[in-house]
Formats: sequence, C-alpha cells, structure tokens
Amino acid sequence: MSSDTPEVRLEGGRRSSTWAGRGFYVLLLLCLAAGFLTLGTLVVDVFRKGLQYVDGVLLMNPPSSDPAIAGARPAILATLYLGVLLIAFTVPIGVGTAIYLEEYADKNRWYNRLLELNIQNLAAVPSIVYGILGLAFLVRGLGLGRVLLAGALILTLLVLPTVIIAAREAIRAVPGSIREAAYALGATQWQVVSRQVLPAALPGIATGSILALSRAIGETAPLILIGALTYISFNPTLLGPFTALPVQIYNWTKLPNAEFKGLAAAAIIILLAMILILNAGAIWLRNRYEKKW
Amino acid sequence: MATPAAAAFSLAPSHKRRGEAVVKGALALCALVSVATTVGIVAALFLPAFEFFQTVNFVDYITGTEWAPLFLQKSFGVVPLIVGTLSVTFWACLVAIPLGLGSAIYLSEYARPRVRKTLKPAIELLAGIPTVVYGYFALTFVTPHLRDIGIQVSVFNALSAGLVMGVMIIPTVASLSEDAMTAVPRDLRDGAYALGSSKLQVSTRIVVPAAVSGIVAAFVLGISRAIGETMIALLAAGQQPNLAFDPRQAVETMSAFIAATGAGDVPTGSIEYKTIFAVGATLFVMTLVVNAVAIRLVRKYREAYE
Repeated sequence: MSSDTPEVRLEGGRRSSTWAGRGFYVLLLLCLAAGFLTLGTLVVDVFRKGLQYVDGVLLMNPPSSDPAIAGARPAILATLYLGVLLIAFTVPIGVGTAIYLEEYADKNRWYNRLLELNIQNLAAVPSIVYGILGLAFLVRGLGLGRVLLAGALILTLLVLPTVIIAAREAIRAVPGSIREAAYALGATQWQVVSRQVLPAALPGIATGSILALSRAIGETAPLILIGALTYISFNPTLLGPFTALPVQIYNWTKLPNAEFKGLAAAAIIILLAMILILNAGAIWLRNRYEKKW
Repeated sequence: MATPAAAAFSLAPSHKRRGEAVVKGALALCALVSVATTVGIVAALFLPAFEFFQTVNFVDYITGTEWAPLFLQKSFGVVPLIVGTLSVTFWACLVAIPLGLGSAIYLSEYARPRVRKTLKPAIELLAGIPTVVYGYFALTFVTPHLRDIGIQVSVFNALSAGLVMGVMIIPTVASLSEDAMTAVPRDLRDGAYALGSSKLQVSTRIVVPAAVSGIVAAFVLGISRAIGETMIALLAAGQQPNLAFDPRQAVETMSAFIAATGAGDVPTGSIEYKTIFAVGATLFVMTLVVNAVAIRLVRKYREAYE
C-alpha cells in the first residue's frame, strides 16, 4: 500500500452494494472467525476439565500411578532448566551467525549464499527429524544417554534457525548511516558491530529469542525420541534422565483413566501460562524499546 | 598522483588488527553450527537408512503394502505409513487452505490498517499453541464431538487429527498469502476500480491471480508442515498402520511411527532400530522436495514486482 495517495479511495460507494459482495465479506469474516473460535473452544475446554486439578499437588508432587497424588514437579523443573539452557546456547550462536551473515559475509560468495539457503531449509525441517539427529548422535553415538543436556542441545539446534532469522531482521533494521558515522570516526568493524549495531538491534533480538523460546518449550516430539518419556520421580539434573512438561502432558493424555486426562489438562494450563508469560514479555519488550529509525 | 605529502594521509590501516580477524573467525564458526546441523541430519538419517536397504529391498519397501517391522513375521512395506500421512495431510489442507486464504484476503483487502495490525499477530497465536495441546484437543474433544454429530469415527482416526492440524497451519497459509497479496502493486487495484469493478471482483480477479505464486507457495509450506507434524497424529490418529483411505479409521503417519518406535527400547543396530532412520529419511526427502518447490515459487513471485 503506497502512502502518497491515502485519501483517494476509488472503491468507495460500491463496497457492499451487491449481495455477492456482502456474502463474500461475511464468508471472509467466517474464515477468520473459525480459527479464533477453535482456539477459544480449546482454551475453554482445557480450563473446564483441568482447572480443578491445578493445585499444590500438581506443582509439588512427582508423577504417580495414583492420580490423586500425581504431580508434575520434575517435569515443570526440567522445562524451566531446558528454557535457561536454551537461551544460554541459542542466543550466542544465533546472534553470532546473524552478525556474520549481515555484517561480515560477502553475499556474492557461493558459500555464503549456500549458508542462507541452508538456514532457510533447516527452519522447515520437521521437529521429529531433529529428534532422530539427537537419538543417533547425542544419545547413542556419543553415548551421552537420555539426559537433560541432550534434550537442551537438540532443542537448541531446532530453534537456532528461528533465532538467526529474527536476529538478522533486527540487525538489518539498523540504518547504514549509523555504521558509516562510526566508521568515519575511526571505529573498526568489530567496534561498529559491538558498540553501535548490537545495542541498537538488542530489543529486536531479545523479542525474537523469547518468541523462539516460547515455541521450543512446547516441543514434544524430539524429546520423546531422545527418551524423555520415562517415569521420573526426582528433580532433574543436567546429566540425568528427565521428562519435560509437554512430554508429561503426552503421557497423561495417553492413559485411559479420565482423571489422568484431567491432570493432562491441568498440565496444559501450566504450559500455556508459561507460554503466555513469555509472549507477553516479548510484546512488552517490543513496545517498550522498539525504535523507529 | 601520489605525492609524498598525500601518502602521509593514507586511509589504509597502519597495522594489521589481529583481534578483528579473530572476531570474524569466531562469528564464522557460529555460522558453521547450522552447516554442521545439516550435515549431521543427512548423516544421521542416510547412513543407517543405507544399512537398512542392504537388508530390505528398496523396491519392496517403497511399494510394499504391509508395515509390521516389530512383529515376528516382519514386513517392511512403507505404503500404509505414506497413505496415513497423506490422509491426515489432506484433511488438514481442506481446513487450512480455504480458511487461511479467506483470512488473508480479509486482512489484505478488507481490514483497516489498525484492525490488521491487531489481527495478524492474533492469528499467529494459533501457531504458538504446542502441538501436544492440539493433540489432546483432537483426542478428547474433537473425536467425541464428531461422534455426537453422527460421524462414526473410531477412537483414533485420521479425520480429527487432520481437522485440528488444519487449524494449526492456518497461520502459515494466512500470513504468507497475505504477504504475497500486499506485494501486489496498488496500481492494479486502482485500475480495476477505475473500470468500475467491485471490491469482490478486485479481490478475486485481480489480487489473488496476481499473487498466485506466493499463495501457492504458502499452501505448499502448509502442506510440508502437516506432513512432518508428529504429536497431533501420534495422539489422535493412532498407531495402527492401516492402508485406509477412510478418514474414520485409525492410521499411523510416518512421524508417529518414528516417535513411537524411537521412544521404545529397540536395541541399537537392530533392523527395528534402523527402520526409524529409513522412515525418517523418507519423511525428510518428502518435506525437502515440498519445501524446495515452495522456495522456488516464492522466488518467482518476488521477481515479478520488484
């Protein structure tokens, strides 16, 4: 939409002058509403079935075969640990790659173009395939075993393309005049990047990373594949076996007992709450620090 | 004219900065991680898959109609898994393509800028819900309610998995289609309005045809999402490799087989273990082909209006 002639709207009077036009408009609204209605139904259904199970038992107890005393403490803790490890691994590597591609790489070189294409493709690889990678190399190949660290590493590789793409966009949004001004004052390339570009791009990078994290902590399939599907009654450690909140949800959903389905709904409420907090944080960051150049 | 006086003002660096080179090297190393990931994925999938095909005939695998790798009487025909995957994908597309396209047309052509600014991220919420939650919803809400309205589905069935998966990929279809439509130059619309077209005509006969390659790319990326999606299929479609086109029956998708078998305790190096990789390689190749088509289509439409 060009902004030079905003007040000239040639479609004016005929907007919904015919029944076909009106019908089409309603149809489009229905398309849009269908998605939101499903989402609303999902949330209401989960709360209706699960809210009664959200209590101290769920938060503090380990899982159990008796639904009355079963909780998700080890799973919740593991998901929190995974989140921290993910940020620690993903942000440096992702931002490093983004800086390389945006500030250093010569776009005419074939290997840099290949790198970009590669990242685009990686972003579209199904998450279960990352699980296979983890199973083959980390769990069985390296002999790391079915441990929390293996889960964190696999999720890192999984969200890396998303973080790279977000960081690149943030870096690209910093105007070139800022870089040129810094160069003119005698700054080296790294000084320009680290003291001008990165601080300016930081809000965008942080927002993108948090959104990527909120996607990652809901990931289930790769974790199942590397063996997070075990019965864990103790708190997770870095090099110990683990289960995560989405895997716990999967486990409880599979059980035929209706009370376990209720527990699954309760765990979903916790997971959705975590995701909501992360998303709200990202939106707040964006609104608070976003700069218009 | 290099006079001695001019040489004194040379802008070339007075000495080599080693630190700068080190930084560049470290950053390139970060970039190498994603290359290593690709190499790792290809090696992890295709090396064991290659071993698998030394035991199992490739033609038998790709054309066989019975999948029973964990039984005593083993059979490695992957067709039921592919049919299961495509069946779920079909129903997902039936939901996501019309709803996604309709939402995109509304956002691009009808919504005021402020409405669009709120609605676009709101649609993205649908993609932010973890897939295991959608799986729970498909199994415990959609399947029973399908029965209530008279569709006799079994507990696990391709239909409810597909329908819910469709809702999950609406944002993929909607947001990429909308990008393609907003990239259509304003002049085309104004020209049509000047000739007396209605909004409906401009949307369906000008904007959608002009953006068609981008829209198709959005569809294709949505399809690729559906093919690879695991948790919804695992929870709601079941784990029975039926060669069933009937959506009311249980099917097993490729992704669901991989997850279910990988989670179990099949011994490393056994033929059962290698099936994970053979099926994984099949899935990977399928999504790769679909994605390559999508990327090519996106490129094509980008060239059109820049």
